[in-house]
Amino acid sequence: MKSKIRKIVTFVEETRTEMGKDVSPPTRRAAAAAVIENPFSGRYVEDLTELMEIGEELGSLLTERAVAALGIPGPSAESYGKAAAVGENGELEHAAAILHPKLGTPVRKTLGKGAALIPSSKKRGGPGVALDIPLGHKDAAFVRSHFDGMEIRVNDAPRADEILVAIAVTNSGRPLPRVGGLTKDQIKGEDGLR
Amino acid sequence: MHEVQLRKRVIVVEEILHEGGPVASTPLRRAAALAVIHNPFAGRYVPEIVGFMEDLNPLGLQMAKALVDALGGNPKIVEGYGKGAIIGQAGELEHGALWHAPGGYAMRELLGNAKAIVPSTKKVGGPGTRLDVPITHINASYVRSHFDAMEIGIADAPRADEMLLALVMTTGPRVHARAGGLKASEIKGADGLR
Repeated sequence: MKSKIRKIVTFVEETRTEMGKDVSPPTRRAAAAAVIENPFSGRYVEDLTELMEIGEELGSLLTERAVAALGIPGPSAESYGKAAAVGENGELEHAAAILHPKLGTPVRKTLGKGAALIPSSKKRGGPGVALDIPLGHKDAAFVRSHFDGMEIRVNDAPRADEILVAIAVTNSGRPLPRVGGLTKDQIKGEDGLR
Repeated sequence: MHEVQLRKRVIVVEEILHEGGPVASTPLRRAAALAVIHNPFAGRYVPEIVGFMEDLNPLGLQMAKALVDALGGNPKIVEGYGKGAIIGQAGELEHGALWHAPGGYAMRELLGNAKAIVPSTKKVGGPGTRLDVPITHINASYVRSHFDAMEIGIADAPRADEMLLALVMTTGPRVHARAGGLKASEIKGADGLR
């Protein structure tokens, strides 16, 4: 493996009631996060290929962990998102190199399809910084019930020379969606948007 | 008798491969089971509250089982434990004390009558409050390698009239434990301390 992993953390959230009303079936979302060494920490490096390859490895590893934590087959996943926090000696561009060029393909392979863009966020921060991972439906970005976000944090990461990389996967949208828009049963699934 | 109204459950698993030193052949794992429940005593002073401890017993057992499952299903690999509670702002610290017995006994029973007291902490706080749950060896509180802690928290909990209850288990010593003291191999196991 190219990635030097210090720690892997998985989170599963299950919401059973909201405002006293049952959520049936409960909504469930999972995130898997890896704390890795930043190979380019502390210096400017032009070619970020190594981080792109790390992204490819983590796309596979973290998606598998998240799906396993949910206890569902990959193709049953409904929405997804990704995010990274770079420690203080790294650049935002390092997060971009992990998240954007190569991470998506293994995510989609594990989840069966995934026609939609994987929504993402990135930041630089210290240990314990909160990552708000944006979530969107995996086959049609405009499905309004699945616009969501999941906050995660790892109290001791990222250290200055580390990067925290996270992938979130759900089996559902928000707990009690009722703001209209495209619904999941209306998905055409051709362009990743509707 | 109060119904335990569960809004949300969260499972977090940390897998720690190293912390700057040699990579562990068996990574340390820490897992936390969190439950967000309605606080039946929120907003007023209720003199008699002990009955709620019994109401919480089934939840304690369910959370302890979920933790063992999250660690692979075999209770024998659990070496450390701890518990904690965060009480929403319409409640009092004393409400968190109701978690001592149900949370502690559930874990000790499931882990084969573990002898050591379950270390604990609690506080009143708002949504997103973090809690450092203390951890010690399940059979001998003085085992120095197993003194540990796990930070937990949920972005949207506890709301004012809720309580966030936590149980934590670990599979071994700190990843690079080398601060001396009583070793796990030296446990007498008679008094829960040494």
